Amino acid sequence: MTSPAVTSPAAADPAAADPAVTSPAAADPAEAAHLLAAPAHRRLERGRPGRIVAGVATGLAGHLGVPVLWVRVTLVVLTLAGGSGALAYGAFWVVLPQAKADEGPGPERASRRQLAALSALAALGLLVLHVLGLDSPAVLPLAAAAVGVALVWRQSDDAQRARWRATATQVPERRWPAAAGAVLLAVGLAGFLASRGDLRAAREGLLSTVVVVGGLVLLGLPWVVRTLSDLRAERLERIRSHERAELAAQVHDSVLQTLALIQKAADDPREVGRLARSSERELRSWLYRRPTATQTFRGALEQAAAGVEEAHGVPVEVVVVGDAARDERLSALVSAAREAVVNAAKHSGAPVVQVYAEVEATQVTVFVRDRGRGFDPRAVPADRFGLAESVVGRVVRAGGEARVTSAPGEGTEVRLQVSRV
Amino acid sequence: MSDALPTGPVPTGPVRVRVVLVDDHRLFRSGVRAELAASVDVVGEAETVGEAIDVVRRTMPDVVLLDVHMPDGGGLAVLVGIGPDLPATRFLAVSVSDAAEDVIAVVRAGARGYVTKNVSGDELADAVRRVAGGDAVFSPRLAGFVLDAFSASDVVVSDGELDLLTARERDVLRLIARGYAYKEVAKELFISVKTVETHVSSVLRKLQLSNRRELARWAVGKRLV
Repeated sequence: MTSPAVTSPAAADPAAADPAVTSPAAADPAEAAHLLAAPAHRRLERGRPGRIVAGVATGLAGHLGVPVLWVRVTLVVLTLAGGSGALAYGAFWVVLPQAKADEGPGPERASRRQLAALSALAALGLLVLHVLGLDSPAVLPLAAAAVGVALVWRQSDDAQRARWRATATQVPERRWPAAAGAVLLAVGLAGFLASRGDLRAAREGLLSTVVVVGGLVLLGLPWVVRTLSDLRAERLERIRSHERAELAAQVHDSVLQTLALIQKAADDPREVGRLARSSERELRSWLYRRPTATQTFRGALEQAAAGVEEAHGVPVEVVVVGDAARDERLSALVSAAREAVVNAAKHSGAPVVQVYAEVEATQVTVFVRDRGRGFDPRAVPADRFGLAESVVGRVVRAGGEARVTSAPGEGTEVRLQVSRV
Repeated sequence: MSDALPTGPVPTGPVRVRVVLVDDHRLFRSGVRAELAASVDVVGEAETVGEAIDVVRRTMPDVVLLDVHMPDGGGLAVLVGIGPDLPATRFLAVSVSDAAEDVIAVVRAGARGYVTKNVSGDELADAVRRVAGGDAVFSPRLAGFVLDAFSASDVVVSDGELDLLTARERDVLRLIARGYAYKEVAKELFISVKTVETHVSSVLRKLQLSNRRELARWAVGKRLV
């Protein structure tokens, strides 16, 4: 990670400076969660959709299960009554991790909205201070410094999200808000010092502060840098060993088991093929981390096909274009398609069954095709009852259409379609 | 991908297709060599990227069977290494998996199609002949992927014609995705096999030249590079 040109340590490496995440068990909660795929639990984190500044209020509201407005009002009231609301907000901002699934209206727009909200808050704050008669020369610079801190922190949030996004839509990082924040902070603090005494004394105070801080930085810098790089190396090593362990476990569970089974079944080519394919499917879905979730139409169809392949030992090739959330009608479609695949696998004698599904805006269509022996649809034999009832009937009951095209010697194609509206 | 018999002006008889096999698994090379021996001339083999570039430059074959996954960059590195120097040599990608994202970068780098390693010998020979004749070879899954990537939902059209499929191309791809061989596609759409081939080649060109986001996204950042 290149060190960004910022002045605040919080912005230089949020993962290292953020007190909430320095425990060795979870140096970077995002990476750890990704690796372990831990079950989602109700964590207190900020930045859910709907955040205005840093997502503290939305995060708290989500965690406590109260309307976000209450939290916001409470914070504002506490701020007006002595400023503890603002302090609490700042503390939560530092301590709470960002929620990972959070890109509401597009990063660019969200970031602009956030800047606007910060400016509005600053203006409002000044106005309130003025109305209360508190806009003494000591308070104004402090308020400016607070806004500066917020700007710098915001930038570190952005940098973290940019790292999460990693690929694809890389928004060019803007550094000027952080720079402006740093300047604001410096000016604010200087102003505060100046307001406390005469400017000369302030300058001397400032000078001595700069000297002391500079000396401390010089002393501590090598140590900080080394600690940070050690931390990073350690984290990488942990990730690596974790991946190695996961890989070993996966290979052991799938590939080695399958190889053992294949050795036993070496004289049964059909069984060997089935074992190899199911192991291949498993390994591939793990390698590419394909969600095999059955909540989507695609996932359900792929799983149904895999089940038939497993049960009947006939390869089923599935191609799906588009996807949709699974509802009752699509579930019926999947079950009907599954039955059609079972029929093809059992009766057609074809070496492979092909499934093609296309999700369009208004309808979903599934084709199940084999190049097997085919049959005459007008003289349906009794054992084809399954096709009429469990395939055609299912789809028709769901308000869709089914068509079976077949002729002796020319294979069979079943076309199933349901509308989505 | 298709068990259709070769149709049209396919080089047969005395003119045999000259093929180079590039794969880091010796076992696979000898298997393919045995399967293809009856129909093509295998004029060279290579098992590393550097070796492949040398052999292909030296023998100037009609078709290179190119493994997608190899150490040192795989098929992509071979295509990049050879560049535009051998316009008469066509590349057919061979991949262990039928995942479109595996081959999309290789196809975009110039391969004229791809088959999976578990195709039968006849299918492979057919694909080699097709590629040698200048056609494209699409598996059902690649056809499905192309339909997905070129779906109309994304209307950010940057390059006009290249970013859109014609209705006819869509029809052809749908049938290929449904498992139809070229001959069956032709019959279904009442067009000639030659026309089907033209449509598929046109889709291949779009696949290689289009700047659609989906294609670029698949092409970069995969384990291929």
